[in-house]
Amino acid sequence: MHELAITESLVAAVADSVGSDRVARVRLQVGRLAGVVPEALQFCFETCARGTVLEGAALVIDVIPARGRCRQCAAEIAMTSFLDACACGSIEVDVLSGEELRIKNVEVEVQ
Amino acid sequence: MCATCGCGTTGHEHGHEHGHEHEHGHGHEHGHDHLHEGYRIVSLEQDVLAQNDRLAARNRALFAARQIAAFNFTSAPGAGKTTLLQALIKQIGGRFPLAVIEGDQETARDADRIRETGTPVVQINTRTGCHLDAQMVNAAVTALDPPRSALLLIENVGNLVCPALFDLGERAKVVILSVTEGEDKPLKYPHMFRAAAVVVLTKVDLLPHLDFNLDECLANIRRVNPFVRVFQVSSKQGTGLSAFCDFMAAQVATAAA
Repeated sequence: MHELAITESLVAAVADSVGSDRVARVRLQVGRLAGVVPEALQFCFETCARGTVLEGAALVIDVIPARGRCRQCAAEIAMTSFLDACACGSIEVDVLSGEELRIKNVEVEVQ
Repeated sequence: MCATCGCGTTGHEHGHEHGHEHEHGHGHEHGHDHLHEGYRIVSLEQDVLAQNDRLAARNRALFAARQIAAFNFTSAPGAGKTTLLQALIKQIGGRFPLAVIEGDQETARDADRIRETGTPVVQINTRTGCHLDAQMVNAAVTALDPPRSALLLIENVGNLVCPALFDLGERAKVVILSVTEGEDKPLKYPHMFRAAAVVVLTKVDLLPHLDFNLDECLANIRRVNPFVRVFQVSSKQGTGLSAFCDFMAAQVATAAA
């Protein structure tokens, strides 16, 4: 259940960035291949946010689709798992996107 | 730059009434939701694990300064990580300095086993935590104070999921898969096998007693990670240990170069 540790990191990183401003919403980007379950992040978020400037904030998660490039034929392909092969048959695919775990922005109360 | 939303234009209206159609007037793709009055958007564009990654970079710099080759060993519980480390330490036979960091939820049992070999070791207990992080390893390295040109073996908590995401500052991850676990494990835990540079198949002395299909397992490893290096080892009987030891010795030499 690494989503708990990740949510703790998320809350700490946001709290560090916004100082004493109260946070109403956090917008997070989670890649399809990031190895993190968005629902589990949501589940942990309320608990982790308690007692911080994020208490009561909404967590909005944008799932980022994954794309890869084949080493053999250089085609760019959509990926839903690390097991996806290229149409040319090659399994040597480098992941271009889809491993993101990024805090996009936060909405804070104007003091 | 607009101080309210962090976009490249200035002078546009943010404090609008909610729930009506209106012109946004940005002239570029913006993608943020309309704000309630009294709120502002702060653009962060920051990796969630940035703090761990910073600490991992610090560990990596320390290893580089001391020419230390550090490896992060991960596996499911019971795959034989500690037994492999014990066998590897014996095989190295003092040819170069060694240090070990042991990670477990509880107890110092693994550290005790390593200590019996005469190798400096620090045990980390993560309690409820399911993985080591860069901060824990930093503290352990400070306590261990490994010498120059050492091989640092970090045994992570037995878990094939969480440790994949947490960089410790290691040169590479080594995943250990015992042949009693089944040949389809790489397919079931692709993140970890994808993150590794080396896979060690352990307990190969048991192959005659199992229905384990070695070729299928190797194909599954390649399917998840076509670039990974695979060793087949029996820590108990010594099979394949010299090849794995030579690989580690070469890594130590590379770190010193």
